[in-house]
Amino acid sequence: MTDVALKSRLDKRPIQEPTSWDRLKTNKNWLGLWFMLPAGAILILFLAYPLGLGVWLSFTDAKIGRAGEFVGLENYEWLREDSTFLLSVFNTLLYTTVASIIKFAVGLYLALLLNERLPFKAILRAVVLIPFIVPTVLSAIAFWWIYDAQFSIISWSLKQMGLITTNIDFLGDVWNARWSTIFANIWRGVPFVAITLLAGLQTVSPSLYEAATIDGATPWQRFRFITYPLLTPIIAVVMTFSVLFTFTDFQLIWVMTRGGPVNATHLMATLSYQRAIIGGSLGEGAAISTAMIPFLLAAIMVSWFGLQRRKWQQGGDND
Amino acid sequence: MTDVLAEKAARPQRVLTASPAADHSEGMSYLNSLPRRLVTLYLPLGIIMVVLLFPFYWMALTSVKPDEQLLDFDIYNPFWTWNPTFKHIHKLLFDTQYPVWLWNTMLIATCATALSIFASVLAAYAIVRLRYRGAQWVGGAIFLAYLVPPSILFIPLSTVVFQYGLFDTPFALILTYPTILIPFSTWLLMGYFKTIPFELEECALIDGASRWQILVKIVLPLAVPGLISAFIFCFTLCWNEFIYALTFISSTQYKTVPVAIVTALVDGDVYRWGSLMAGAMIGSLPLVILYAFFVEHYVSAMTGAVKE
Repeated sequence: MTDVALKSRLDKRPIQEPTSWDRLKTNKNWLGLWFMLPAGAILILFLAYPLGLGVWLSFTDAKIGRAGEFVGLENYEWLREDSTFLLSVFNTLLYTTVASIIKFAVGLYLALLLNERLPFKAILRAVVLIPFIVPTVLSAIAFWWIYDAQFSIISWSLKQMGLITTNIDFLGDVWNARWSTIFANIWRGVPFVAITLLAGLQTVSPSLYEAATIDGATPWQRFRFITYPLLTPIIAVVMTFSVLFTFTDFQLIWVMTRGGPVNATHLMATLSYQRAIIGGSLGEGAAISTAMIPFLLAAIMVSWFGLQRRKWQQGGDND
Repeated sequence: MTDVLAEKAARPQRVLTASPAADHSEGMSYLNSLPRRLVTLYLPLGIIMVVLLFPFYWMALTSVKPDEQLLDFDIYNPFWTWNPTFKHIHKLLFDTQYPVWLWNTMLIATCATALSIFASVLAAYAIVRLRYRGAQWVGGAIFLAYLVPPSILFIPLSTVVFQYGLFDTPFALILTYPTILIPFSTWLLMGYFKTIPFELEECALIDGASRWQILVKIVLPLAVPGLISAFIFCFTLCWNEFIYALTFISSTQYKTVPVAIVTALVDGDVYRWGSLMAGAMIGSLPLVILYAFFVEHYVSAMTGAVKE
């Protein structure tokens, strides 16, 4: 209102143009611009511009220290026949799918357990989050040591129990290495899923469970028809994040296996690092990173819309 | 025996006559017997806890074990040590550049966090309260920025960092980390600012306060819990960041703890497990201590970010 009044008065007397200082003080749009400037500048210079540059680089044959020529889709055609790249796509999909499903299942189970009546509840919840707090690289180093070929504590324990006779080569064998890295990823991701779902569980009114119990609902029915529908929005968000971070994971793999043995654990992120930074082929590495975007969008769509749709079907409000 | 029966007989009556105030939030779960709870609740919870915490126990134990016990499982039981040594920790702190790396990490995390929180406070306030033209679109764009992972950005960003002349300086990290932190903390602070009653600001506007005064004197003091949450979360993310630090820093004296441990502490085929584990443990400690003081803020930051 005041803006409109001010403007019309100024229009009538065009001699008294507002100075830029007046504008800055009164006009919402100008104020908004100034307030957005620090965040906007950083995000444009270091996020939006590089993102565009990355897509451009993927169409060039740039190397480290040399600007590239435009080569069209050559990098992508190259990658289509590159068995290592195809293997890394397979690994990434396997890693993301298996780890996300198990993280969700264990996380939900842990959240339900922590939602029960328990002694030392607050301490338990705090302790559960520790794997998520500690920097990934540092816990990955601990796993590296736990998975050591000769001195693994797991091999030793299993041998003491008489279950195996020779040490398990956790990170040296193709499938062992895949499962070992997936396990480490699950270990790190479960706390996040569990604690956020727990926060969601606590918003569910206990009277709903009481009503259902009086109506004779079994624990499974209570979970299926009360907990799950009320939890779907939060599940959608948690799983979107979980899939996103698992798909683009770099740290765990790089520390534990560097993509080995024989590229068996290379994810798209680690392969693009190896090709671009170590190998120096920026264009090719950029093409691998850019190739992640469609997969990423698909994964986000599935977990976001797939779960949100249920919410609409049940007539929940779209907040 | 008869007492127990009498007790049982009396119970339904008690339940029926119980006042609504005796209504427990756990529903009917108090009817579950202890053995049943042991199997369905305590046992699985115990197993999960042991699995979640074992790597830390192993890390701590390894860092104080003498070398000969570290590699000889036949004579010594690996799960415990009877003569702990501080040799590995001493070696780490006095024979390597570990203190320098720790300092770098601290400095970079602090600067990047401060910069991000400053930028996010302004951005979040502008989006929520100024409602300038296109504010909603900008809010959406910031949410999308959160979904752009570093794994996609690090290659072009390394050329950009080189162009700007920031390569191999702490500024490369101080200026790039906010791209991860700003979207998150703006999002978090937007939620907090929305909960502050607008009437307070209206009163101040009528009294002639500028937007800046309103922000500094009214909104920020009320948003302190949100600021703490954003701070803790940003700081943790900085400490955790790896791929940018690995790509943009090449000199050993500028490295951060996670990168330095992986690249500088591991030399050739000789893994110094004791020092490595000590390094990993000490590198995690500052965060764990910070987290111990602000658990509630941390959890609310995490869940708040998801709920928004």
